[in-house]
Amino acid sequence: MYTQALNNPAVEAGVEDEEKLAAFQARIDREEKIEPNDWMPAAYRKTLVRQISQHAHSEVVGMLPEGNWVTRAPSLKRKAILLAKIQDEGGHGLYLYSAAETLGVSREELVDQLLTGKAKYSSIFNYPTLNWADVGAVGWLVDGAAIMNQIPLCRCSFGPYSRAMIRICKEESFHQRQGYDLLVAMMKGTAEQQEMVQDAVNRLWWPALMMFGPSDKDSKHSADSMKWKIKRFTNDELRQKFVDATVPQAKVLGISLPDPDLKLNEETGHWEHGEPDWDEFYNTIKGNGICNKQRMKDRIKAHEDGAWVREAAQAYAAKQAAKKSAA
Amino acid sequence: MTDTALFTYCMRLADDSAILSQRLGEWCGHASHLEEDIALTNIALDLIGHARELYTYAGQIEGKGRDEDALCFHRVEREFNNLLLVEQPNDDFAYAIMRQFLFSAFMHPFWEAMMNSKDEQLAGLAAKAEKEATYHLRHSAEWVIRLGDGTEESHNRINNALEFLWMYTGEMFECDEVVSSLVAKEVAIDPMSIKHLWDETVNTVLVRANLERPTESWMQTGGRKGEHSEHLGHILSPMQYLQRSFPQAQW
Repeated sequence: MYTQALNNPAVEAGVEDEEKLAAFQARIDREEKIEPNDWMPAAYRKTLVRQISQHAHSEVVGMLPEGNWVTRAPSLKRKAILLAKIQDEGGHGLYLYSAAETLGVSREELVDQLLTGKAKYSSIFNYPTLNWADVGAVGWLVDGAAIMNQIPLCRCSFGPYSRAMIRICKEESFHQRQGYDLLVAMMKGTAEQQEMVQDAVNRLWWPALMMFGPSDKDSKHSADSMKWKIKRFTNDELRQKFVDATVPQAKVLGISLPDPDLKLNEETGHWEHGEPDWDEFYNTIKGNGICNKQRMKDRIKAHEDGAWVREAAQAYAAKQAAKKSAA
Repeated sequence: MTDTALFTYCMRLADDSAILSQRLGEWCGHASHLEEDIALTNIALDLIGHARELYTYAGQIEGKGRDEDALCFHRVEREFNNLLLVEQPNDDFAYAIMRQFLFSAFMHPFWEAMMNSKDEQLAGLAAKAEKEATYHLRHSAEWVIRLGDGTEESHNRINNALEFLWMYTGEMFECDEVVSSLVAKEVAIDPMSIKHLWDETVNTVLVRANLERPTESWMQTGGRKGEHSEHLGHILSPMQYLQRSFPQAQW
C-alpha cells in the first residue's frame, strides 16, 4: 500500500569512482532510467533496497487491518470488493519484493528483516480497524495519502521501481474510490452509520497525515534521494497536497476533520493545518503503537505456520528435478 | 407459482459457495506465502460471484423481494442448506486444500454438465463457473500432490485431512426429491451421473500424491436439510453480525 519516509541510519558512503559517479548523475539528470545491471553507487542501491522493501512490507502488513473485516463485511458485494482490494495489496507486495530482488537481495532475506524487527513498515498499519467505516476510511485516507506519495515514484529514476509504481498507482486509485464510495453509502444511511464514519475519520485523520513522514525540518535523508530522483517532493509538500485534495472531499461527504486549526489561506489557496502529534508518531515507529506487536505476531505466526508448506513445495520440486535429470 | 424445487436447488448451490468463500476468506493475510494468499482469495472471489448470482436468481424465483444479502445474511443455521464439507474448519493448510480438492473435483464436472441445463440462468452461470472450477481443481490438485509427495510432515498432514474429510464426500452425490424432480425437467443433473468422473480425478491425484484412498465407510449427511456440524453457527455469527445489528442499514 505505501512507503513512508522514515528516519533510518545514514547510509555509509563508500569510496566511489568519481568519473562513474558523475556519469551516473548525468544519466539521472537526463531523466534516464537506471536498470538493475547498470552501474550504480552503493548508497543508491542501499537506499532503494531499504525504501522498496519497506514499501513491500507495508503492503503485506497492510493486509492485516483490512483483513480484520473480511469475515464481517456487511454485504456480499462489499466482501468481494474488500477481498479483491486486499488481494491487490498482496500483489503489490510481490511486485515490490521482485523489484528489490533485482538489486541483489532475496525475498527471504527481506521477509526475515521484517519478522525480526530489523525492517520498518508504514506506521499507519499499527492502528486498529474498529468499525466497518474504517475499511472505507483506510481506502479514502490511507490509500489517498499513499497515492500522493506514490505518483511521483512513478517517475523514480530506478526502472523496476518506477514501473511497479505505475501499475500500483492505478490500483490504488481504484482503492481510494471504493473507500470513498463505501463512506458515501454509509453517510446516506442511518444515524448509526454516520457516527461510524465520523468515528473512523476522527481516529485515522492524524495517522494518515503522519504517513508522509516527519516534518521537513526533522527529515534526515531527503537530500540524496532528491538528487537521485528517487524522491521528488519533500514530506511537507506531499502532506500539503494531500490536505488540499482531501478537505473538499470531506465537505462533500458531510463529515468534519478533527483539526481545529484547519483553515483555507485565501492568498496561497492552501489549507493550513495543525501539527500531527509527533511524539505519537515516533512512539509508534519505535514499536509502541496499539497494534505493532499484534501485527508482528500475526505475520510471524503466518510465516511459521506456513513453514511446512513451503518446505513441502521445495522438497517436491527437488524430487521432480531429480526424476527429470535421472530420466 | 413459485418453483419451490428450483428455489431450493439454487439456495443449496449458493450456500455451498457462500460458506466455502467465507472459510477461504479466513486465510486472507495469513497464508503460508504471498502467492498462496492471493490464490486462496481468488478462489473465494469466484465463489462469492457464484453465490451472488445464485441468491439473486433464487430471490427472483421466490418472488418475495428478498435479494442476495437478505438471503445470505438473514437466515439462521437451520435454514442453510450447504454441504457439511464446505463448513469444515481451516485446521491447517492441508485441510483447506483437501476440502477444496474434494469439492472442486465434483464441481468441475458438475458445472460442465450444467451447461446443458434447460434453465437458461443456470446454464449461463455454469458456462462461467466451469472455467473457474477448472482452475480451482488444478490449483488444489497440484497442492494435494505436492503435500502428499513433499516431506513426511506434509504427507501426514494431507493424509489426516483426507481421512477426516472423506466422510463428508458422500453428501455431494445425494439425490433427493428436489434434485430428481429437476433432473426430470433437465434443469438439474443427477450427481451420480458424474460420480465416475469424480472417482477418476480423485484416484489419479491420490496416486500421484502417494495417498491411499480411504475405504468406503459411513458418510455423514444432513447439510441439505439444514442439519449441520457445530461449525456453521460460528461461521454465520461474524458473517451476519452487521446485517443483524443494523437491519435497517444499507451498505
